[in-house]
Amino acid sequence: MSTIEVRPETYPQKEVQPRVVNDFSIQVATVNGSGSQTANTVLMRAIFQMGVPVSGKNLFPSNIAGLPTWFTIRASKYGWIGRKKEIDFLVAMNPETAREDVQNLEPGAAVVFDEPLKLDALRSDLHFYPVPFDKLVAPVCPEPRLRKLVRNMIYDGVLARLLGIELEEVRKALYKQFGPRKVKAADLNWGAVQAGWDYAEKNFTKTDPYWVERMDATRGKIIIDGNAAAALGAIFAGVTVVTWYPITPSTSMIETMMGYLKRFRIDKETGKATFAVVQAEDELAAIGMVIGAGWAGARAMTATSGPGISLMAEFAGLGYYAEVPAVIFDVQRVGPSTGLPTRTQQGDILFVATLSHGDTKHPMLFPSCPEECFTMAQTAFDLAEEFQTPVFVMMDLDLGMNNWMSDPFPYPDQPLRRGKVLGKEDLERLGGFARYADVDGDGVGWRTLPGTDHPAAAYFTRGSGHNEKAQYSERPDDYMRNMDRLARKFETLRKHVPRPEVILNERASVGLLCYGTTRYAAEESRDQLLREYGLETSYLRLKAFPFTEEVGDFIDRHARVYVVEQNRDAQMVSLLRMELEPEQIAKLRSVRYYGGLPIDARTVTDEIVAMEGL
Amino acid sequence: MSTAVMPPKKVNRIGLEIGSYKGGKTTLCAGCGHNAISERLIECFFEMGIYPWRVAKFSGIGCSSKSPAYFLGLAHGFNAVHGRAPAVGTGALLANRHLIGLTVTGDGDTASIGLGQFCHMLRRNVPMIYVIEDNGVYGLTKGQFSATADLGSKLKTGIVNDLPPIDTCLLAIELGATFVARSFSGDKKQLQAILKAAIAHRGLSVIDVISPCVTFNDHEGSTKSYSYMKEHDVPLHELGFVPAFEDITVDMGEGEVQEVTLHDGSRLVLKKLGRDYDPTDKLNAIRTIHEAHRDGHVVTGILYVEPGAKNFIELLNLVDEPLATLPESKLRPPKEALDEVMEELR
Ligand SMILES: Cc1ncc(C[n+]2csc(CCOP(=O)(O)OP(=O)(O)O)c2C)c(N)n1
Ligand code: SF4
Ligand SMILES: [Mg+2]
Repeated sequence: MSTIEVRPETYPQKEVQPRVVNDFSIQVATVNGSGSQTANTVLMRAIFQMGVPVSGKNLFPSNIAGLPTWFTIRASKYGWIGRKKEIDFLVAMNPETAREDVQNLEPGAAVVFDEPLKLDALRSDLHFYPVPFDKLVAPVCPEPRLRKLVRNMIYDGVLARLLGIELEEVRKALYKQFGPRKVKAADLNWGAVQAGWDYAEKNFTKTDPYWVERMDATRGKIIIDGNAAAALGAIFAGVTVVTWYPITPSTSMIETMMGYLKRFRIDKETGKATFAVVQAEDELAAIGMVIGAGWAGARAMTATSGPGISLMAEFAGLGYYAEVPAVIFDVQRVGPSTGLPTRTQQGDILFVATLSHGDTKHPMLFPSCPEECFTMAQTAFDLAEEFQTPVFVMMDLDLGMNNWMSDPFPYPDQPLRRGKVLGKEDLERLGGFARYADVDGDGVGWRTLPGTDHPAAAYFTRGSGHNEKAQYSERPDDYMRNMDRLARKFETLRKHVPRPEVILNERASVGLLCYGTTRYAAEESRDQLLREYGLETSYLRLKAFPFTEEVGDFIDRHARVYVVEQNRDAQMVSLLRMELEPEQIAKLRSVRYYGGLPIDARTVTDEIVAMEGL
Repeated sequence: MSTAVMPPKKVNRIGLEIGSYKGGKTTLCAGCGHNAISERLIECFFEMGIYPWRVAKFSGIGCSSKSPAYFLGLAHGFNAVHGRAPAVGTGALLANRHLIGLTVTGDGDTASIGLGQFCHMLRRNVPMIYVIEDNGVYGLTKGQFSATADLGSKLKTGIVNDLPPIDTCLLAIELGATFVARSFSGDKKQLQAILKAAIAHRGLSVIDVISPCVTFNDHEGSTKSYSYMKEHDVPLHELGFVPAFEDITVDMGEGEVQEVTLHDGSRLVLKKLGRDYDPTDKLNAIRTIHEAHRDGHVVTGILYVEPGAKNFIELLNLVDEPLATLPESKLRPPKEALDEVMEELR
């Protein structure tokens, strides 16, 4: 499952392949910190600009410079943008991993490599294109200091020539990437692209089958990562207090947000900020500030990953019991401490669902694409305030940090839903209020904000030991009444969370159930199952916990439901078990991948085929 | 509020009676120092004429942290988790910069479990009144040493503390608090003047109040007992406070007097007792506290004050209206903004 799996040593002979157009993957193997990110983004963009659906995934180490890193670009005329397991076109720039990278290729793959590495001696069933990068970079980049960075641009030129990517699109992508303020740098890099192109033109006869041809499948689309999308979503949701403690892979959400906040949330009349961003001393403080701000009426959020979630446990419980709105983005990654902090996983699902001690339950949203990061950020704030409770947006590294093609985001068409808040006039009219009384029968009480200019506004907030009037109480009946109301509130919430996406296939007795980024592998796997095995399937993609009635219905309609997820212990299956009937539970099967790379369709297909006995 | 006509009882400058500043009945032990501090807070907010509903109370967990339920019942209160009141208070003040933040916690809450948050609140100079009800022990968990227990002080069980104390005032001065004082729950006059000045101060005020735990730490061998404090309390000055709304001079009797004007125009009047002490001199403040430790004294009074420093909220350049109540038109950028970003990402 890893990209550095070692293969057996004997290879079948090189086959003659037909033209493969707009359906292959490129992997660029470089060294972290060598500045390859720009070259990779430009390459991806150029393909995108040619109208070909594309996705880019950065598989990077937890390191600033010096360790191997791989960037994978997948072009797919069918629109499959999940990870593809097989690499079709390798760009081998990293001497450390080059041999192993080449050994792992399927026969017939193509390799552009740094000439001194002599990789063409390794195998005879691949298409090799040696490029003397150092020789080519010297004349186009007189400044030796910059050569390490500019050098990577050469492979963009070589690949453009070999794959048939229009040079003009590379140029456009490159100048867009550098922006109007770095034209000089862009010029330098453009020289390198041209040098690569010229070299390829003069020296190579194309023998591999891979081609990019112009399509019209990306018109109007944007390229964005999930963290930036969530940042924008929060801004258009009217976030006012943002606290954070840096942690990969959530960091870029806040850093991107700060840029947009400065652009769009400075009050025109006064030049002052309608937001506060605080880099807290740790995640305990970050969530504490969010709870304080949410209590006082702000739309407050923090973004973190698993280790931060661990530190937030006590406050999450307080937020649940004291009924304080809060939004927490969990961009999930692998493992505690030095686990695989730069690899992806859906590993926090069970932990977050009941984070903290006691009978806590937290709503979770599962965005699967940038557009949902954008819209669900807004949903999260609305739910948090309407239901006065912490809401978790469960992203992952793959979604948060990788580049995705997306439709442009829709401008919100609903006003902000700020929930039940009594103001001065309400208090004037009512004379008073009981903070935790269920006056509307939906389990949600009315709150007041500190600072409300009225003597009857105040109430005292504490954990779970209180009666309806927010007075301290240890009486069993008060306690149970409150707990039952909280349970009722959760049931009301169930009716308001986003409903799953369901594709019912009347001919299918098998269903695939997925959530978040697992959707890409699941969707493509359905296609493989049908084309290769004739297996008809239905599909359900969860968008939220608590589960809505569609989930049980879906399971009832099928004989077997494969729950596809990216963790070892089938966490979503466990969560489903908590809410489903025994006969429904009996139908659940689990498909898991937990190697730290984004799950791929072939893995899902193979597992289902094995379990179905096909 | 309409201004009261012909008040039957004593009212303050905004027409409220002292009753409006009281809280629920205390459930702390009779004689607990914390109760006296609650009383002082009630008096000070009354006398300063502050609408109680402008105040937001914060606390962590402990006997001390329970006390916000026993004063200013007309103010919102948030009894948070152990050691984390600073974060909750900071967040609330970000949401509404016009709140008067008042945190009351314990020495365990502040100097043990919450030391990290305490330090970072200091660095930020969060505009908050932060009262540490310091009894040297964890009252609520029945009398274990806290991190402010003095070297050599003895528990009832005979256990001797052999670790040096964390001096919260030293830390506060070192790390950026702009108003730092130490007092004793038994010194009504001094504590009142300090609390009133803290209310007037626009940055972070840290007030460490030695507040004896009569149940677990008021015995022979304790350095936080009533009798120990009576013997070892060395006030730095005699304190007077003149609020900005009262244009009067105070009669401090004979002696050398120094005045410090706070940001809102209130004045601290410090009458020299024994030695010279300038509370705006940071280095001298630190030195004085160290000397007190060396000599076995507890110096009380205004240890350090820096009236002009910018607080955290001011540094953030926030709009004047509370972030919490900004209308949607100020919160959600227009469609053109989104279009602009989408165009850039194409
Ligand atoms: C996370 C956590 N750990 C431990 C406790 C138990 N606990 C409650 S109060 C307290 C100590 C309080 O001491 P202090 O802040 O000095 O307050 P005092 O009771 O002395 O006024 C402890 C350890 C808790 N509530 N939460
Ligand atoms: S145990 Fe100590 S600190 Fe707690 S209320 Fe009693 S006297 Fe006060
Ligand atoms: Mg204590």
